Amino acid sequence: MAGWLHRVTDSDIWWSFKSSPMTVAAALLTLFIFAIAFLAPILAPHTPFDPATLNLSDGLKPPVLISADGDWTFPLGTDDQGRDVLSSIMYGTRLSLEVGFASVLVAMLIGIALGLVSGYFGGTVDAVIMRIADVQLTFPAILVALLIDGVVRGLISVKRHDEIALLVIVGAIGLSFWVSYARTVRSSVMVEKNKEYVQAARVIGLSPLLIMVRHVLPNVTGPVLVIATLNLGLAIITEATLSFLGVGLPSTEPSLGTLIRLGNEVLQSGDWWITVFPGITLAALVLAVNLLGDWLRDALNPKLR
Amino acid sequence: MAVASNNPPLLEVKNLRVEFPTRRGTLLAVDDVSFDIAPGEVLGVVGESGAGKSLTGNAIIGLLEPPGRVAGGEIRLEGRRIDNLPYEEMRKVRGARIGAIFQDPLTSLNPLYSVGRQLVETIQTHLPLSAAAARQRALDLLKEVGIPGAESRIDHYPHQFSGGMRQRVVIALALCAGPRLIVADEPTTALDVSIQAQIIALLKGLCRDHGTAVMLVTHDMGVIAETADRVAVMYAGRIAEIGPVRDVVKHAKHPYTKGLMGSIPSLGVRHDRLTQIDGAMPRLTEIPRGCAFNPRCAERGARCLIERPDLMSAGTSRAACWLHDRGGVGAPVAPEMADA
Amino acid sequence: MPDGSAGQFVRLAGLKRYFDVSAPWLVRTLEGRPRQIVQAVDGIDIEIAKGETFSLVGESGCGKSTVARLVVGLYPPTAGSILFDGNDMAQRRSQSETAALRRRMQMIFQDPYASLNPRWRVFDIIAEPIRAFDLAKNKADLEKRVGDLLRQVRLTPADGRKYPHEFSGGQRQRISIARALASEPEFLVCDEPTSALDVSVQAQILNLMVDLQRRLQLTYLFISHNLAVVYHISTRVGVMYLGRLVEVAPTDTLFRRPKHPYTRMLLDTIPDLEMTGRQRAPVAGEVPSPINPPSGCSFHPRCPFANERCKAERPRALPIEGGTVACHAIEEGRLAVDERSYDAGR
Repeated sequence: MAGWLHRVTDSDIWWSFKSSPMTVAAALLTLFIFAIAFLAPILAPHTPFDPATLNLSDGLKPPVLISADGDWTFPLGTDDQGRDVLSSIMYGTRLSLEVGFASVLVAMLIGIALGLVSGYFGGTVDAVIMRIADVQLTFPAILVALLIDGVVRGLISVKRHDEIALLVIVGAIGLSFWVSYARTVRSSVMVEKNKEYVQAARVIGLSPLLIMVRHVLPNVTGPVLVIATLNLGLAIITEATLSFLGVGLPSTEPSLGTLIRLGNEVLQSGDWWITVFPGITLAALVLAVNLLGDWLRDALNPKLR
Repeated sequence: MAVASNNPPLLEVKNLRVEFPTRRGTLLAVDDVSFDIAPGEVLGVVGESGAGKSLTGNAIIGLLEPPGRVAGGEIRLEGRRIDNLPYEEMRKVRGARIGAIFQDPLTSLNPLYSVGRQLVETIQTHLPLSAAAARQRALDLLKEVGIPGAESRIDHYPHQFSGGMRQRVVIALALCAGPRLIVADEPTTALDVSIQAQIIALLKGLCRDHGTAVMLVTHDMGVIAETADRVAVMYAGRIAEIGPVRDVVKHAKHPYTKGLMGSIPSLGVRHDRLTQIDGAMPRLTEIPRGCAFNPRCAERGARCLIERPDLMSAGTSRAACWLHDRGGVGAPVAPEMADA
Repeated sequence: MPDGSAGQFVRLAGLKRYFDVSAPWLVRTLEGRPRQIVQAVDGIDIEIAKGETFSLVGESGCGKSTVARLVVGLYPPTAGSILFDGNDMAQRRSQSETAALRRRMQMIFQDPYASLNPRWRVFDIIAEPIRAFDLAKNKADLEKRVGDLLRQVRLTPADGRKYPHEFSGGQRQRISIARALASEPEFLVCDEPTSALDVSVQAQILNLMVDLQRRLQLTYLFISHNLAVVYHISTRVGVMYLGRLVEVAPTDTLFRRPKHPYTRMLLDTIPDLEMTGRQRAPVAGEVPSPINPPSGCSFHPRCPFANERCKAERPRALPIEGGTVACHAIEEGRLAVDERSYDAGR
């Protein structure tokens, strides 16, 4: 373990990381937000989505710094139902991240598998998969996610839908993002498959599946990592947008997007904190993740080293 | 020697050092290299990969890629220092006084402009000629380098030429402003064997006709044997031996050169085994103390492990080897064997 | 043609490989373009006896690398047959029979940087053929085999734990050789194994290959563009031009009494390291594009001895002096064969 740690801290990547203060700041911020979200059940002062703990008289309290009584019970204020904004943000971030990671994972798995097959076999298989990808790319990802979500809603009852809303959203976003992975993997595969180490494996007589998974796959995952990091921010935003539009996660399990929507409804009456704080959190999270993704892309680019 | 040795040298390189600062420390890629080129002479600079020959050439043309930089020594062209010139001044020198030919003709020419336009642009940058005169000069050069149908081909694009033809165009480009020195870095390596012979003959003939000196950097000893007047053999960033080409090739004085010549297969007596030098050229980070070649040298002595030899007289050539010093190499030390 | 008594170990008969490089169908239809076929290998007949080194030489684009890939089965032939120890490689067989045949022939590639998977450890790279052909009894046996192979190529068993990027070009080629030997083959196809290496490293690798051949009784098909290398290690040499074999001969015969005009031209381009002052006679022209090869004998545009028949009719391979040559001028007696010598003084 110590040896591995030493290799990491001694590597070029660690050095390029340390030498960019913005990246370090972004990483720290991301880590901070991840930690808060992960530890939400322990850290959150309240459980805002357990109706039993709510008290309507606590409703619409402003944040402590501008409130009249300086009461720290609800540091960032409450919404119209008496839910603590701070705790809502913690739980909401947790959900946003869950959806973000899960959907990126789904997109990655589909994209890598299709990209591998497409690049290795070429010909008709490649043509078919790429045309499907092309068609899908003509629609904005949000539209695709909306479409999938709408179809599912049409097929099952509202109550049942609420239960599996998380899965549906993850699936919808994942299915709308697989194309960029597939294309990158495909072009990497097309380069690698002509390399002589793949030919050597073919001379031995290994099956194409074995060659794809054991030889080619480990060499094409680099760019995938970069896309995944950048996609994370995008996935979170997409989920937020869908939730804002009312077709994402239900209000009983709100993500940051849902919170922004809920706050939006009372924005006109001057209770700004219910929308703004979740909004700032969302923006900060996505910005930090994107900065990290930028750094990773440059760090992994051999030409820039 | 092809030229009278009492002419002042065209190019003087003294104690050149090229460094690469990396985060792990500074790497010395060219270490105290000195040589001269007389006007009209062809000097071959030969060495294996990592020996520093291309970097030496790049340093002379002023095209070292950062973070590499000239860290010491001087380079003088016709008596004038060029290694410390500001960018604008060096730009005028490059092209007008020094021409360059690189290995890959495909990337040496801009694919978006016709060949004629590139020639004319270079000519007009360095010579005060009108557009028509410049075009005529370009045409003459294309004919001189053997492009058939030059009148029409002058307006063709690089991709419309074959590899060998493109390299001819590159030679024309290098010569068009009338430089006194051409630095050619592996000019024939990317070409087919039958084309190589043509291009080498062309280069040699043209330089003789124009009186241009050539610094020919290559790993191909065969090209050197046919083209160069003198040759410098580089090893691990240093010159191991330098002298008239016939003497170095047939009567090498440095053990590395001897080993190198022995490992080149050539026609003549057929051997089953080629002479081999065990081991490999050291990496820049692991250059041994004393003589850089000592771990692989069958004739090494105690002195070779401690003192680094400078170039010293060895017959008609000069070699950086204690064998040619009156003090000798000291007590023999068995070589370490490790294959490359 | 050598009389068949040697029992040809490897025999290529009428081997052809064409590549379709036409533009996509849509483009062709809209622009009215014809199909374009590259005749990379256009009818090759070669026989290799057991234990010998047969070298195939030629310039880039002549098809020699394609022949190498055809022999090991990376491409299926467009026409012709490949016989390995009497077995027709194109014949349908069971999995295990094909595997048994494939095990006996392996390939060494040109580029030491692309021929090893950068993400695999050297041990696994060399062990892969052993595992694939099930040659090791257990883990200990596997480790012993890999260790022995590494030692055979003058590396150490400890090198197995490293990754390819930790080795130099010459060392990587040794690892490639070790991998090729792992399945205990009898026949090795070597595609320019030393072209990417420095001269002194090339000498080490060539010496290693010659030693291994003697020790393990290997047969080599050696592809190269470097005639000087070929001169030292080959038993017989075949010269290719634009997909066709122009001459085949035992090494000494080819170099001392070259027959085909292209062979002579190639020999003339070998640099004169003996400094005899021999002028290289630069030959006119360049290798034409393989998409539109010249008619008849494909060398005729560059051949000083071409006549009308050469432009129209493709020459057949004639047996002569222990080899074959495909040239009308030789056949018609228009071209004399003279003796060459190379000054051996050094």
